[in-house]
Amino acid sequence: MRLEPIANPSAARQLGLPALALVATLGVAMLLALIAGANPLAVLGQIATGALGSKLAVLETLNRATPLIFTGLAVAVAFRAKLWNIGAEAQLYAGAIMAVVLGTGALGSPWVLPLSALAAMLAGAALLLGPVLLKTRLGVDEVVTTLLLNFIMILFVSYLLEGPMKDPMGMGWPKSTPLIPEARLPRLVEGLRLHWGFALAILAAIIVWVIQTRTTLGFEIRAVGQNPEAARFAGMPVNAVLVKTALLSGGLAALAGWSEVAGLKGHLSSDLSPGFGYTGIIVAMLALLHPLGVVVTAIFVAGIFVGSDAMSRAAGVPTYIADMLMATALLFMVLAILLSKVRVVRG
Amino acid sequence: MNEIIDILISASFWAAVIRIASPLILATMGELICERAGVLNLGIEGIMVIGAFTGWMAVYQGMPLWGGVAVAMGAGMLFGLLHSTLTVPFGLSQHVVGLGVTLFATASASFAYRLMLPEVTSPPKIEPFQPLDIPLLSDLPWLGEAIFSQTALTWAAFAVAGIVAFTLYRTPLGLAVRAVGENPAAVEAQGLSVTGLRMGAVIMGSGLMAVGGAFLTLSAFSSFFFEMVNGRGWICIALVVFGAWKPGKAVLGAILFAAFDALQIRLQQTELGAVLPYQLFLALPFILSILALILMSRRAEVPASLMVPYNKGER
Repeated sequence: MRLEPIANPSAARQLGLPALALVATLGVAMLLALIAGANPLAVLGQIATGALGSKLAVLETLNRATPLIFTGLAVAVAFRAKLWNIGAEAQLYAGAIMAVVLGTGALGSPWVLPLSALAAMLAGAALLLGPVLLKTRLGVDEVVTTLLLNFIMILFVSYLLEGPMKDPMGMGWPKSTPLIPEARLPRLVEGLRLHWGFALAILAAIIVWVIQTRTTLGFEIRAVGQNPEAARFAGMPVNAVLVKTALLSGGLAALAGWSEVAGLKGHLSSDLSPGFGYTGIIVAMLALLHPLGVVVTAIFVAGIFVGSDAMSRAAGVPTYIADMLMATALLFMVLAILLSKVRVVRG
Repeated sequence: MNEIIDILISASFWAAVIRIASPLILATMGELICERAGVLNLGIEGIMVIGAFTGWMAVYQGMPLWGGVAVAMGAGMLFGLLHSTLTVPFGLSQHVVGLGVTLFATASASFAYRLMLPEVTSPPKIEPFQPLDIPLLSDLPWLGEAIFSQTALTWAAFAVAGIVAFTLYRTPLGLAVRAVGENPAAVEAQGLSVTGLRMGAVIMGSGLMAVGGAFLTLSAFSSFFFEMVNGRGWICIALVVFGAWKPGKAVLGAILFAAFDALQIRLQQTELGAVLPYQLFLALPFILSILALILMSRRAEVPASLMVPYNKGER
């Protein structure tokens, strides 16, 4: 077989195939439910109700979506430039650490929130700067370095929680000293368990969208991602663009950790992220790397996770069904995106 | 300092080094085959998890140990088939597909584990491979304990490395696999199938990765834990680079790496361990992997067509 590019792919093909990928994922969900000995339609229903069935469920889904919007944006920005940042998990923790460093009394109102957000972004950016410089200067593959940094960072957090950041009142639980009230993100609506991090995440998506569509940097990122050689030939500072992309991406991922600590948890613990950094890759790919699309897919992905938790308690299908669906959706989606642009021919 | 020397001359230390190196050698050989054929396989981490899980589960269900190894290998090859179908004929991003395969394989293992053992709080144990007693050699002073009291799966790991090296450099198949990673168009011109060679290499390599994972449950520990692979797959990718894509050097790299790992475990129990946080020791393997990548960055001879998909008739 051979792949032949389609000159002008129809809109039906470009939208229909990704939609088909999602339908196929639903098919897999039903198959997995059958394997687990449950009623497939009931399982799908329970996932949907668990994610959206009540005000509480919706708020839980939106809360879960918040860090995923940030990590999804981080991945989307980087992947657009073909910078394979798989280290969003580590950058998330870098941001979370800064929220604790500045939020436990070092700074007071009104500076603590903006400054800790800024510090978080700088920490996340710095963490990705190393791998990207190794890539541009020495040609070291950033996938492996960013992946390895995730493990190092999680051990560093574990050290902080048992040492310098340990909560003396923590009853032996590995968690940090709680943030002072001024360092906490307020609730979006009084009485509802949804914090300002969600609004900031949407704002971040809009800013990234503006950067990508209305600025020179956005144009350069796309050019570098499409063809680095051509971009270099056209006189574009490819390495500088990659560094700028990395700073933006690392900063966005760090905000995920910052908002989880300042908005939701109020302290740092080693289970702060159940893989938000990795799930961000799925969120970004499902959104076809579009920053506004990331908001939608993050809520969708969060809904699957929240809904699966609820379904698992009721129907007894393991909650890991969510992880399987996300991975399947990712693989179906990359295939669908390809097939929307090329046609398979014999020979 | 004396403590370090004491550790380094003890036979049990070297026995541990060889034990720790074994799964790394198996998985590194798997990744090396894939990359020599031009395909980066980031599915490695998840495929090791699947190997660890399926091998253990098969034995727990009553299969013999070698049956468990075979099941793990078969499961790994299935995920290799998935990976290579998407990356070779379809030429999809090897980064994205590899991560997708890792997520899918890891999730499959977790899902199947919970499905098959819904109630258990701690995973059941199996009777793992026992150290082989080799006549005369195992009774040698020092060497007997350090080298000749390993399980059959360890011996298999070293044998696999030998077979991979021999196949790559001494057989027509190996020549074709190396060529397809350098210049696929030339291979096609010879009338060989680029798609077939690359897919075959990824499927075979993934099988070896899974056996590397199965080593953890069938030889090193006797149970399956969710986090047990713990980045070993990513470390193997660094080892392939460190070994300059050559089997012999990669085995040496794995042994060197395992020596540092065995040393850090022992150092934790010394005065040094009392002063430094234990997390620093645990992070050492990952720090070393990054250093290895930096060290080898300028000298490595990367297969010319690594990560370059091949589409017939396209230049």
